[in-house]
Amino acid sequence: MLLQQIINGLTLGATYALIALGYTMVYGIIQLINFAHGDIYMIGAFIGVAAVALFHQNFFLTLATAMLACVVLGVTIERVAYRPLRRAPRLNLLITTIGVSIFLETFMTVLKGPQPTGFPTVLENVTLRVGTLEFSSIQLVILLVSVALMVGLQFIVKYTKIGKAMRAASEDYDTASLMGININRVISFTFAIGSALAAAGGVLVGIYFNSVSPYMGVTAGLKAFVAAVLGGIGNIPGAMLGGLLLGLAEVFGVAAGFSTYKDAIAFTLLIVILLVRPTGLLGRPIQRKV
Amino acid sequence: MEQWLSSVIDPYYQQVLMLVGIYIIAALGLNLITGLCGQLTFGHAAFLSIGAYTAAILTRDFHLPFILSLVLGGLMAALFGILLGIPVLRLTGDYLGIATLGFGEIVRVAFTNMKITGGAIGLAAIPRASNLINVTFFVILAVAAVVLLENSRFGRALKAIREDEIAAEAMGINAMWYKIQAFGIGCFLAGISGGFYAHLLQYLNPNDFGFLKSFEILNFVVLGGLGSIPGTIVGTTVLTLAPEFLRFVQEYRMMIYGLLLVLMMIFRPHGLLGGVNFRRLLRRRKQKATALSS
Repeated sequence: MLLQQIINGLTLGATYALIALGYTMVYGIIQLINFAHGDIYMIGAFIGVAAVALFHQNFFLTLATAMLACVVLGVTIERVAYRPLRRAPRLNLLITTIGVSIFLETFMTVLKGPQPTGFPTVLENVTLRVGTLEFSSIQLVILLVSVALMVGLQFIVKYTKIGKAMRAASEDYDTASLMGININRVISFTFAIGSALAAAGGVLVGIYFNSVSPYMGVTAGLKAFVAAVLGGIGNIPGAMLGGLLLGLAEVFGVAAGFSTYKDAIAFTLLIVILLVRPTGLLGRPIQRKV
Repeated sequence: MEQWLSSVIDPYYQQVLMLVGIYIIAALGLNLITGLCGQLTFGHAAFLSIGAYTAAILTRDFHLPFILSLVLGGLMAALFGILLGIPVLRLTGDYLGIATLGFGEIVRVAFTNMKITGGAIGLAAIPRASNLINVTFFVILAVAAVVLLENSRFGRALKAIREDEIAAEAMGINAMWYKIQAFGIGCFLAGISGGFYAHLLQYLNPNDFGFLKSFEILNFVVLGGLGSIPGTIVGTTVLTLAPEFLRFVQEYRMMIYGLLLVLMMIFRPHGLLGGVNFRRLLRRRKQKATALSS
């Protein structure tokens, strides 16, 4: 029973982690809370729905299409809406992300209507049994895909040239640009990766809960953001840890009888962690300087 | 009096004007916290809802007079603001914003699950007690109060904290104490605004006070010009009226609103009236007058 809940929690947590990574990478480099990120996740899910019909129920092609389309979307948004404001006061940039978020949500509502729609079957749902343990094949796919994507991300960040540039930019933005790193390219790339992961999350969650709606990105985005803060915003392993922790906390909270307060669990955890460790579990402490 | 008013102004315009006034009260509170004191908060709607529910329950179930329940609602919001502020105001910058955002969501979920607030169905049949006269009266009162506060020792301390907290503390300003006071006053104004809101729409639903509402109020303040009281008033008016004027585009309304937000931030990065305050406005008028007379 306990193991069962852990599996459920990890599945939920893996999807939070996928979205949280986008928040944390962008924050790490330009200190921006990108509130439109949850809506990229939503758009990814909708593109997934469209792609299923196009590719005759091929799961991997569906996933790849959604990811690719969201890469284009994410990079375009950054180029058009965020880049002109890079030297503006930070609060303005924040409000711009909210403007983009409202725009995307209404756009999808106009296009598809506000009601949730189901996700066409793309994966066969088989219940697997290992001893007393029961889990669906969809859960297994979610876990496997998420782990594969996160390993891939770690590889990019640790061992490629652009990954090194990303790390340098998150260490010190101005110095990195003085060292000849093309900062605009790094930022575009960060948005590209973040959007791709969010789109993957969107497709996986759409399949898991069999529901896609224009407002699905609001709560999921906020919670993923909480996950990023829990782990220490700006810290990539932190986002993964935060996502998994949050998923576990929610599943166990519901199991303990707080189901009506499910959405408050994440935020209570957030405030408690912020008070005990103001920069999250794996975050570096802020230094106060004059 | 009210009958006379509705013969002069169309009831629909009255409703819109009252909404503008109500949001001005809330935005002035947020301007005090974020604009003047520099403390980022993303949970202002939570205090609006605390004030709204308190005032609504007091008039609806306990038949208290409107103005009294309004003030009690404001005090309740201030109390929660101070209780939240004491632990949370130690955080700085984005982290404070995030924590208040979390609090806002907790309040929303709590109201959805409480019995006395009507839960997810909402609280209906609230008597209609807001009218253009008492709203206008409170707006004037609130503007006067924040203008006086801004130009007092208290306001200068807040500005010092905004510019540099460590330097302010070195000057002997108890930053924590001032921040909590600013937070309390800001939340009080939000609570008052919420009370009017409840007695205008006569129906409350927890989902009306989500984080988007908090950001809406933040937009008012930033669009007008952070820290500027005339700016806050102009920003609130423009952004509250914009969706009303955009009604002709129907379902594209919010899309255009979002687009407008992005464009305004790109082309007016310091807000419509960034850095303008009443004193400077008066001085400019005086200069113009002397230039004309000479």
